[in-house]
Amino acid sequence: MKSIRRKAVCTALAAIAFGISAAGSAGAQTPKRGGILEFVVPDEPPSYDGHREGTFALIHPVGPFYSLLIRINPDNPSSLTDIVCDVCVGKVPAPTDDNTTYTFKIRGDVKFHTGEKLTAQDVVATYKKIIWPPEGVRSQRRQMYSMVESVNAPDDSTVVFKLKFASNAFIPALASPFNWIYQKSVLDKDMHWYEKNINGSGPFIFKEREAGAFMRGERNPDYHHKGLPYLDGFKAIFAKKESLRVQAIRGDRAAIEFRGFPPAARDDLVKALGKEITVQESVWNCGISFVPNHKRKPFDDVRVRRALTLAVDRWGGSKYLSKIALVKTVGGITYPGHALSPTNEEMQQIAGWWPDIKKSRAEARRLLKESGADLSKEYKFLVRGVDQPYKIVATWLVDQWKQVGINFKQETHPTGPYLNILRQTKEFDVSTDASCNYVVNPLVDVTKYLSADRSSIQYGQFIDRDVDAAYDKMIRLTDVKEQRKLMLDITKLTLDTHANQFSILWWHRIVPHRSYVKGWKISPSHHMNQHLDNVWLDK
Amino acid sequence: MTGEAIAVRLPRADIEAELAAARRPFFKALGTWVRNQPLGTVSLLGIIFLIFMAIFAPQLSPFDPVVPHYDEMLAAPNAEYWLGTDQYGRDILSRIIWGARTALYIGFTCAILGSTLGLVLGVASAYIGGWFDLVIQRMIDVFLAFPLIILALVAVAVFGTGTDKVIIAIALPFVPECARVVRAGALALRELPYVDAARALGFSNLRIILRHIVPNCMATYLIMLTSFLGQAILTEASLSYLGLGVQEPNAAWGLMLQGGAEEYAESAMWIAVFPGLAITLAVFAFNLFGDALRDTLDPKLRAR
Repeated sequence: MKSIRRKAVCTALAAIAFGISAAGSAGAQTPKRGGILEFVVPDEPPSYDGHREGTFALIHPVGPFYSLLIRINPDNPSSLTDIVCDVCVGKVPAPTDDNTTYTFKIRGDVKFHTGEKLTAQDVVATYKKIIWPPEGVRSQRRQMYSMVESVNAPDDSTVVFKLKFASNAFIPALASPFNWIYQKSVLDKDMHWYEKNINGSGPFIFKEREAGAFMRGERNPDYHHKGLPYLDGFKAIFAKKESLRVQAIRGDRAAIEFRGFPPAARDDLVKALGKEITVQESVWNCGISFVPNHKRKPFDDVRVRRALTLAVDRWGGSKYLSKIALVKTVGGITYPGHALSPTNEEMQQIAGWWPDIKKSRAEARRLLKESGADLSKEYKFLVRGVDQPYKIVATWLVDQWKQVGINFKQETHPTGPYLNILRQTKEFDVSTDASCNYVVNPLVDVTKYLSADRSSIQYGQFIDRDVDAAYDKMIRLTDVKEQRKLMLDITKLTLDTHANQFSILWWHRIVPHRSYVKGWKISPSHHMNQHLDNVWLDK
Repeated sequence: MTGEAIAVRLPRADIEAELAAARRPFFKALGTWVRNQPLGTVSLLGIIFLIFMAIFAPQLSPFDPVVPHYDEMLAAPNAEYWLGTDQYGRDILSRIIWGARTALYIGFTCAILGSTLGLVLGVASAYIGGWFDLVIQRMIDVFLAFPLIILALVAVAVFGTGTDKVIIAIALPFVPECARVVRAGALALRELPYVDAARALGFSNLRIILRHIVPNCMATYLIMLTSFLGQAILTEASLSYLGLGVQEPNAAWGLMLQGGAEEYAESAMWIAVFPGLAITLAVFAFNLFGDALRDTLDPKLRAR
């Protein structure tokens, strides 16, 4: 009886404690207005034009100055499908005309920072620049819109996208965080104006930039999402060295770095700051891979390429490398967990993903022997000169290959020369490679694995018409089940049967930040959810 | 007339001391040197230890320096891994021992290559003189205007990364430095009576250079060589630290620092401390030994 009473009292106390805590936390979750968010950025923007660039170094400091037509839901950015309107009205429209027409209604209260109204004409001019850039104007993601036939504005508040064929890839592609809405009148005068100037309609107004030091933005009082942003402004501090960025957060000179830190930095910050640090983690929509040069012997032989992938213990690598590098999840060529991606069980049927590494390596040795590859030679392994995760994974890979008797000499180059070798000279036997994407959109993301004459970012120089045919069929389908089947075919062809190029592990995004930073939620890409309009400081 | 002038500059006592030193048995001379140069002696012992470590690396190192032990990643120094392990679980002690081989191989190769080419260029420039000397010296002026690491970085950018290319990158900047110092000595030697006498006797220029000038430049050459050894080790470590020198998974001290110094400075400080210590001690040893050698070989310093 006593025991029951004690239990009841304990339960009641626990309930009260939980209630207080819940009430407290609910109170703490009420956004506060004001304050300046200081964050560190590992690099500086190469230009201010989001349509031409593809780097987080632009998105993080400049993204908050711009609006998008649609965007990933900032309150639910980890969702792979939750896309909401930014300058359009209501929900993202459903397609009509056999899923080939999308009609967007544009809000009437959106203003550029110059005070001029944003209309459907501005949206159309923006997307025409992105999809069909004039000669001499670079558009980094134009290939993502191959399904678009036309984009028009029948009036100042309506935008109509007409597609050549129905495609599930269209809406995620449209939500690219780089598709900043520019002003038509400015573009009409000078298509390059936005490369050196900023005039957006986003939650913050550009104030100043001190090259090599920082960039500052102030609250836009006329922002179209009423009541937002909460912050008075932000200061993006440029700091290339990781140790400096970690120390900046530790010393509270900055509250967050949005790209992501390696595990050691997270552990140091947590150890030093305890509850003052909150850590958000997510599978990253970036995969590290290696690509053999199909034009060089012995890597022109599918048996040698299969041996390379069979030698790699991805399941073991995930366990060990995740402790020292920002990689973790075992997956194929598409974002793990997406409806179109293979399950772990399906992946385990693919060479190189077999759970029994001894069996894999025995097969690798057999294939190498059968191929007659010269194993006395040291082959050239091109490595991008960036520690996380390239150099670390590369060192691990060399050891993996050594275990089946094939030796590689690492040749590390800074990013510029490295890309030059991949794109121009092609003097490598095998190279590290990566695929870093924005909105999770496997239908577009796998274009990297198409034949060399169709993909400008495929560096293995292979032509695989089977993969091309499967892709062309898949992109025209809208039935997810059928698409998934074809995606599995492409995965098997790429990684196993034709052994073209090999994913290793998917990156793991770790963002430790000061606990007073509220409202910001991690997404699978360091390019997404960077408007900062729902971020507030609990100070 | 010239002979008298020399007699004034070199007192008889000095000449006798020179001759006595030359006649002294090796071990006695060594004993005198040890007494006179205690720091030099310690540094010499350090260098001998380094050389021993480099030669017998396979026998001395407890583990293969490139083989990772993933279950022992970032292990603190313990009974099995005396200096701990790095982020790949590789034994740091073994990597330091093998790193000595890399450091000494690159150090000696660069120092010998740089100072020998410098000797040839300096002597040739001094002896030939005229427009040749003028052109060479202006080129040397240009090279000397840049710090060693900058020149090495430029050379790496031109030749690429990897051990062999790093050797060229480091040795190249040594050449003008040595050539300038050697030329100064060779210019004085060129005017001495015995060189005039050799010329009068009709000896060829090559013979005069090889038999009468180069041997008298050897003291300068050796001093430059030892000073280059430390510099070469440090520059190799710097290049490797910048990711432009020796490449993973090879064991090299600078590379060991590059891999984990910053990231694990707090959680696994042994990754940075021990290779850093190895670099410091090696460079210190070579520099001290170079100083001691200079004190021994330079007659002016010896007289003091």
